[in-house]
Amino acid sequence: MSGYAADVAALARKDLLLELRSRDTLPAMLLFVVSALTVFHFALPPDSSARAETGLLWIAIVFTALLGLTRAFAPEREDGLLDGLVLAPCDRSAIWVGKTIGVIAFLVLAELVALPAFALFFHSLSWELVAAVALADIGIAAIGTLLAAIAAASRARELLLPLLFLPLAIPVVIGGVGASVAANPGSFLGFLGLYDAVFAILSWASFEYVVTE
Amino acid sequence: MSTSLRNSILSLAAAGFLVGGIALALFWAPEDADQGFSQKIFYIHVPIALTAYACFGFGAWKALRLLWTKDARYDLESYTAIHMGVIFGLLTLATGSIWAKISWGHWWTWGERQLVLFLILFLFYSSYFMLRYSTEPGPRRQRNSAVYALFGVVLIPVSFLAVRIAGTILHPTIFTHEGANLPGEMLLAFCICLAGMLALAATLYRVELAGKRIDSSLRELRELLA
Repeated sequence: MSGYAADVAALARKDLLLELRSRDTLPAMLLFVVSALTVFHFALPPDSSARAETGLLWIAIVFTALLGLTRAFAPEREDGLLDGLVLAPCDRSAIWVGKTIGVIAFLVLAELVALPAFALFFHSLSWELVAAVALADIGIAAIGTLLAAIAAASRARELLLPLLFLPLAIPVVIGGVGASVAANPGSFLGFLGLYDAVFAILSWASFEYVVTE
Repeated sequence: MSTSLRNSILSLAAAGFLVGGIALALFWAPEDADQGFSQKIFYIHVPIALTAYACFGFGAWKALRLLWTKDARYDLESYTAIHMGVIFGLLTLATGSIWAKISWGHWWTWGERQLVLFLILFLFYSSYFMLRYSTEPGPRRQRNSAVYALFGVVLIPVSFLAVRIAGTILHPTIFTHEGANLPGEMLLAFCICLAGMLALAATLYRVELAGKRIDSSLRELRELLA
């Protein structure tokens, strides 16, 4: 493995290793998503449709991701790690790629619990729903990582990230819910793919400006 | 040409075009066959919406220039343009809401794609202000705001597409793929209103920018004296 890919792998490995040793974020995400699904069961009237339940699953996913993202730059901020990373002799966008891979890994692990729990509590899953969740993870992680870095530089931090993130997450929710319940899931899945590509490229290209002092 | 003379010309142009355009729309352009008199709000609502897009686009362009050249003056220009965009965006929501009330009997309808899109954009750019107010002034804030402003201009077409594939089609499509299908008189009145609205936005932008510049110079002077 050469240059850029090796840097990315080392950075992603660092995030996963940190989480493995401290166990800060992932258990909180797992517990949160199961609690949220339980709350949703009681929030819905007993005769509500499968479509409404699917919509709430998407809310659970977006908010669980938000919970993980507020912690994404916590070690960097608390221990002054970001200065070290920025000074390291690697391309700064590699920091973004490594961090995004870490966030995707956390999200996928949380969903490995959330989706079976949803099937158990509510109704069975369609393959379109699973495909949409997989596509949405990429977009959420790509944009969320960049916004988490922006929010980490502000005073409000945890307060600011949801405000920055939710308007940008609305198209993800539209695409995800559409792919799960509409008669033509293909066009919604295509839209999610387009969203991923556009915002991943934009975040990758602009990350350097966000972390440079 | 001095700045104040240019501002006067711009503001006179704005006033002239707006008054002329609205007068033409009210008294000269034919009444819409379906909607009757209530369709006249089209001459205000749509130019305001297009002006808001122009402000957001202009703000993103200035943000791009900031990242490109690292020249700090673009920060204030981008901020002011987005400030104007939010004001015109709010006016779009208000006029669109009035139109929806008259046409469909509800102040808010999720089937109205343009309104939903503006709600998303309004939320997005309000967060832009939150971001600016909660970050310490300096190059870091300039760059973070600029990156966020660039995201906004990408979010516009993405949300447009999202709202389009999600929503029902209720909005009267005046402009189709074949181009404008307005009668000539309507189109002329509309274009004059649009020119007036753009001139108004430009005037407000220049005045606001001058005010903000004076404000920041004054603050620098105070810090020097303190």
